[in-house]
Amino acid sequence: MEIYIFLAFILMLSIYLGFELINKVPATLHTPLMSASNAISGITLLGALIIAGRTSSPELKTIIGCAAVLLATINVIGGYAVTDRMLAMFKNKKESK
Amino acid sequence: MNTTLFIGICYVISAALFILGLKLLGSPATARKGNIISAGAMLIAVLATLVDQHIIDYRYIAISMAAGSVIGLFIAKKVAMTAMPEMVALFNGLGGMASLLVGVAAIDAGINAFIGFTIFLSILIGGVTFTGSLIAWGKLSERLVGRPIMFKGQAIVNSVTILFMVISCFVFSGSPESTTYLYIVIALALIFGVLAVIPIGGADMPVVISLLNSYSGLAACAAGFAINNNLLIVAGSLVGASGIILTQIMCKAMNRSLSNVLLSGFSAVKSSTLSIEGEVKAISAQDAYYVLEAASTIAIIPGYGMAVAQAQHAVKELQELLEKNDAEVIYGIHPVAGRMPGHMNVLLAEADVSYDLLLEMDHINPRMENVDVAIVIGANDVVNPAARDMEGSPIYGMPVINVDKARTVFVMKRSMASGFAGIDNPLFFKDNTRMLFGDAKETLSQLIRELSN
Repeated sequence: MEIYIFLAFILMLSIYLGFELINKVPATLHTPLMSASNAISGITLLGALIIAGRTSSPELKTIIGCAAVLLATINVIGGYAVTDRMLAMFKNKKESK
Repeated sequence: MNTTLFIGICYVISAALFILGLKLLGSPATARKGNIISAGAMLIAVLATLVDQHIIDYRYIAISMAAGSVIGLFIAKKVAMTAMPEMVALFNGLGGMASLLVGVAAIDAGINAFIGFTIFLSILIGGVTFTGSLIAWGKLSERLVGRPIMFKGQAIVNSVTILFMVISCFVFSGSPESTTYLYIVIALALIFGVLAVIPIGGADMPVVISLLNSYSGLAACAAGFAINNNLLIVAGSLVGASGIILTQIMCKAMNRSLSNVLLSGFSAVKSSTLSIEGEVKAISAQDAYYVLEAASTIAIIPGYGMAVAQAQHAVKELQELLEKNDAEVIYGIHPVAGRMPGHMNVLLAEADVSYDLLLEMDHINPRMENVDVAIVIGANDVVNPAARDMEGSPIYGMPVINVDKARTVFVMKRSMASGFAGIDNPLFFKDNTRMLFGDAKETLSQLIRELSN
């Protein structure tokens, strides 16, 4: 059970840190922030990888794992790529002249 | 060094980079770097996970990842900036589904009730995120009707679904290996996602997307507990916190509570008995040009209508011509203008408008009295003075951009139909307001033609 207390500590600190970090993001960046954090939520990919590669003879779980890898990868790659595309357009007065 | 230790060290580095990346996302000057650092953190985490000793076959992983990368890059490259809200909703849904699947696959022989509970949570939150996001995507891309979808007995159906969910939580956590309970939990989660989002109207979507964004993080977090992975918990809760903050900001900007937004379809439509006096005065583009030519300070207030008309490039062109005429042009951006947080800012950035001209509501309002002409493009409720001084109006109390305090107000609008909140806007009847009827892009290009002559 000890491990879960440890994980709960991580949870508590990360949520607090998240609040502190995001509170400082100006409104002009809210859309890129959202799509970047969207990409981060694709972190589930790590869990999916282990499930998809656990056996060399495909079983039901391998298929579930592969589907999860596919979806999470779209989420991660698509999310970061589109955020980069958006942020490349943000220019201040000097740059846009 | 054993692999577990190696992976652990990589995860620590990755978590540090995720946090640094988010911090750099806090300023427009460093945001792009922040995003790249965050992507780097993800890459480190994925590569480290691949050396895990539990992975013995890489073939299926390689195929799935290659396919996912191609699809992801394709969508990211093709999507139009105006379609950004629905794309974010769609990606959110995919992330939720991935968490649901990881939760399902984490079911193993001999797991205890606590893990059963975390698996329940990742399936529930993941499933709600998935179908909820799909409905939001449908509403935002207008594949579904934008207005709240209601049916008879909806409140009862929702309550029963929630009751079943609470019961299934206990039953499933107690015996997570039973496939019957598993299917019931999955079905309930998927159904509830649909039920939760259909009664919410299109104009409230900024809140819904923010909330679903938060859920997708929390689902990853729950999956992290289920498979005992600390990086999933760190990254998931950062996203969860970020979504909650955006949700709060959106609710505050509409002066409504979260429950009021989520249950908005259930409250009876308030009909205001207040009548508005005065008459609507239209103006031609040519006459508007004479006013603009003489103006020295001009404020542009965009709304969802600008996105619909794809008018952001025309707006930028108008801005340049006005600046050439020695006028100062600023923009006023309301937090809930558009369909997602920061929607207008991205569209104007696409048109190469520099971000330091985009003023938030609290910064533009004090300057409004010195503005010669305020041009409202496709915005309605966010500039409605009734929110300020008509007690009893459905949007009374919502903070708005006070365009009516400017010397002259031009409102670009397709017709006299009321805004999404379905309320009359006294702004249109004010003495200093002139209406420019027609498609915003068309009207803008008429103004541009007049100005460049």
